[in-house]
Amino acid sequence: MTRHSALIEVEQLSKNYGLKPALKALDFRLERGRCALLLGANGSGKSTLLRLLSGLSKPTSGAIRIGGWEMPREAMAVRAQIGLVAHRPLLYESLTARENLDFCGKLYGIPGGERERRSEALLRQVGLWRRADSLTRSFSRGMKQRLSIARALLHQPALLLLDEPYSGLDQRAGTMLDGLLRSALEDGRTILMSTHQLARSPDFASRALVLSRGRLSFDGGFAPGELAALYHKYSQPPP
Amino acid sequence: MKTPFFTTVLAILSKDLQAERRSRDVLSVMGLFALLSVMVFSFALELDRLAREETISGVLWVTLLFASVLGFNRSLALERDQGNFDALLLAPVARSAIFTGKLLGNFLFTLLVGAALLPLMSLLYTVNMLGGWVIATTIVGIFGLSTIGTLLATMTAQTRAREALLPVAMLPVALPFLLTAVNATKGIISALPPAEWRHWIELLGAITALYLALCLLLYGFVVEE
Repeated sequence: MTRHSALIEVEQLSKNYGLKPALKALDFRLERGRCALLLGANGSGKSTLLRLLSGLSKPTSGAIRIGGWEMPREAMAVRAQIGLVAHRPLLYESLTARENLDFCGKLYGIPGGERERRSEALLRQVGLWRRADSLTRSFSRGMKQRLSIARALLHQPALLLLDEPYSGLDQRAGTMLDGLLRSALEDGRTILMSTHQLARSPDFASRALVLSRGRLSFDGGFAPGELAALYHKYSQPPP
Repeated sequence: MKTPFFTTVLAILSKDLQAERRSRDVLSVMGLFALLSVMVFSFALELDRLAREETISGVLWVTLLFASVLGFNRSLALERDQGNFDALLLAPVARSAIFTGKLLGNFLFTLLVGAALLPLMSLLYTVNMLGGWVIATTIVGIFGLSTIGTLLATMTAQTRAREALLPVAMLPVALPFLLTAVNATKGIISALPPAEWRHWIELLGAITALYLALCLLLYGFVVEE
């Protein structure tokens, strides 16, 4: 992942579902070690953009490069460097929290001892250590979300793509997530995070991207407390 | 860096076995269907010994086919429901390794149903179905059904009408397995000379190998959007 200084490069990116355009000619770059917030009304294309960046979806046209590697053609080269928290928790309900992390660790080729060490550390960080051996199906939505965040961080990815990571989290868990993301940034990771919770935007985010009806209507820095105003100015609900 | 093929296969297989040991989501549906099916056939077809030998192989394979459709559907639906398939696709693993892991799980579950069916049918139909060649044919046939079933269930699991779509997609494609396996099993049970049924087993093995190669090649295209 050292081919380019910008970790994410997006050029003229468009995505259609059938005849319906979801994203229209997006252009942006995100430098390494930065945290950007992705804002927009429901249906504006935030989740679609995150799926495209993670390689789960193919663009209709345009180019995506992650660390200089072209997605999705060279996705295998960067998969281990991407951590995704999606709308759905990506967890197996018949497995315990520990087993879910262990399975994920195996998929990323993390050796056994290291897998256990990282799992334990993350379960402690997200406040689930006491429930490590409970089945995930017995978890509340917030607990699943916390485990999902631990799963995304387990392989220590260079890029974190977070789709509404604060949804389902109470105030305490939200603060815990802030701490996790702040230390991820200090470790040099890059974060792109969609959120609707404008009132509690994390202070470590330095840039906002606003999507409106599939187009990038704003891309730039913002002052503390300015986020809601930016959102209302640049975001329009889908037609 | 890509995770080694066999590490991925073993991880997916052991995860499926672990999840199934707890939930019995797949085996309970398959087992119950297979049990009811052979019972119904047993009561419906009151046959003499000769007629039983003629029909029992058909009963075995039709039961296995429909039970496996139920199992494959359930197995892949569990991956899709919580978005877990996305987690598999996000990982740096070969698509063929995902396929092989899922295939082995599906094969083992269907094999367990087959292992229960053979003695049960021997008892109900008073025909010996526990001979070495019948067991070998059953293993190969189930593996063949599992290959194509895993591929098609992955495709249909993405659709809303997956319960209805998988049987419709699978029946025509599984026909070569059904024909060869039924003929091989019938020849063995009827105690015909091996020269009269061995070619059916060879054909079954060849079709299975062909389908396996095709599925390994096609799986990457099936799972990508």
